[in-house]
Amino acid sequence: MSGIGTNARVVGALGMRSIRQTFRRPQLIAPIIVFPTLLLAIQTGGAGAAVELPGFPPVQSFLQFMLAGAMMQSLMLAGNSGGIALAVDIEMGFTDRLFAAPIPRFAIVFGRLAGTAALGLFAAIWFFAIGLIFGAEIEGGIPGALLATALVTAAALAVGGIGAAIALRTGSASVVQGLFPLVLVVLFLSTAFFPQELMIEPAKTIAKYNPLSFVVEGVREPIVGGIELGDTLAAVATIVGIFALGLLLSGRALRHRLRAG
Amino acid sequence: MLAIEVEGLQRAFDEVLAVQGIDLTVAEGEIYGFLGPNGAGKTTTVRMLTTLLLPTGGRATVAGHDVVAEARTVRASIGVALQEAALDPLMTGRELIRLQATLQGLPAAEGKRRADALLERVDLSGAADRRVGGYSGGMKRRLDLAAALVHEPRVLFLDEPTTGLDPVSRMTIWEEVRALNDAGTTVFLTTQYLEEADQLADNVGIIDSGRIVAEGTPDSLKTEFGHPHIQLQLADGSVAAAERACATVGKVLPPKDGKLVEVEVENGAADIPRVVRALDEAGIAVESLELVRPTLDDVFVAKTGYHLEEEGEGSAEEAVEA
Repeated sequence: MSGIGTNARVVGALGMRSIRQTFRRPQLIAPIIVFPTLLLAIQTGGAGAAVELPGFPPVQSFLQFMLAGAMMQSLMLAGNSGGIALAVDIEMGFTDRLFAAPIPRFAIVFGRLAGTAALGLFAAIWFFAIGLIFGAEIEGGIPGALLATALVTAAALAVGGIGAAIALRTGSASVVQGLFPLVLVVLFLSTAFFPQELMIEPAKTIAKYNPLSFVVEGVREPIVGGIELGDTLAAVATIVGIFALGLLLSGRALRHRLRAG
Repeated sequence: MLAIEVEGLQRAFDEVLAVQGIDLTVAEGEIYGFLGPNGAGKTTTVRMLTTLLLPTGGRATVAGHDVVAEARTVRASIGVALQEAALDPLMTGRELIRLQATLQGLPAAEGKRRADALLERVDLSGAADRRVGGYSGGMKRRLDLAAALVHEPRVLFLDEPTTGLDPVSRMTIWEEVRALNDAGTTVFLTTQYLEEADQLADNVGIIDSGRIVAEGTPDSLKTEFGHPHIQLQLADGSVAAAERACATVGKVLPPKDGKLVEVEVENGAADIPRVVRALDEAGIAVESLELVRPTLDDVFVAKTGYHLEEEGEGSAEEAVEA
């Protein structure tokens, strides 16, 4: 089998399977949608007055500020869940079915990433819908919303590459699942939930250089202010970097897995 | 033309040599039974032949293509149903076969047509839209087999397709394998069941500890290595004494379950009186006595010194899998 069209069809079919798998397994969909939604509700309900604090960046509401963080949490956990699902495939031998097919073996990883990206897209739409229902304004308008959605989708794809690499290297769903707390730690040490201006050291410095902060700000700015080229470019560069790292690690892990059998 | 040709194939896992330089050939249109206990190297061999595992020595061609240099061409020519049917419990049967059709590069409409036909063929049309997680073991095996056939492969690899199945499901799979072979598909079948190899295979290779220890048609192997034997069920369980008595008549075979005594005899039924006399003289009471024709297990015992059902302990493949 050859041809970009045929390979794209394979990636699409594997992506569809990945999405179905997520929605049919509650333990995969819950971290992606349910937990971030609950956290968003708790934080905006309980700490909404935080916007009055001196140094808090000017925003229309705490919900408006938090939307980017919720999307970020959702896409990070989508990447983790994608890794878990791939590891489950390895454990139950389903990847052997894919490896024994006449397809480029990297299509297996891209199929999984396509599914993760689709979940990122779904998460962005979900949280925009929640934001709009509960009165959050999108300062960047429709172009801003589209830009933020595109960044969330691309970031999910990139983060999914890291999850896939860990799954391919370890072949263990429990190991990938064990990274769940680490994902939250990395997320909390970014500007996803707190403005950098209100953090204390060393969290403030860590958040400043945490790559996720660049992505968060790229997603947040079209929502709370409007499209800013600098923030957008920083987010895109970070996403490209994470994606490249994920692909490199996935490629190495895949080669190792095929050699070791 | 040869469907499979293997020369000196090896696979090492660190220090452990799981497959130790095997040679075999399978003709087009043949059913080849690859028989051996758990851990003998069957699955490792199949994984190399299906391009899932790189050999560490030797070479192999499948459907005329090298499994290393032309792996993708090999994958387009083969169907694979692996041990422990690798199915996603969250997919429906229909989704799985259509996905397999896409993986094999079939156009969507053709994939749909073949999926429907195959589901009908393996009697799963009624369950096609149910999730695989709710299928019985036999249904899963039939679905796995159907998925392996979606692109009408020239060579079909079945890795222990009936392990763990009830007799009825096993017979169903056997019938399907025969039908496929009648239609011209070459089948490479690994099994740890003697009867399965005997019933289905045109040729049998017996593998033990990573080496092929015997190869030929079931009948030729039984003729060459097997002898009729007398199987005795003792009334009082004095197995050791019975074995000593029988040793004067023929070769006592390794015990199967600690209760039966088996003695290999040269002259078949003509040797029964001699065995009875020897036991009588030793004062041993016999509950039942049966003359057993040579089986593949006799061949296995002759070549390895133990029964296939005992399953070699601590073998290389098991060590690796552990």
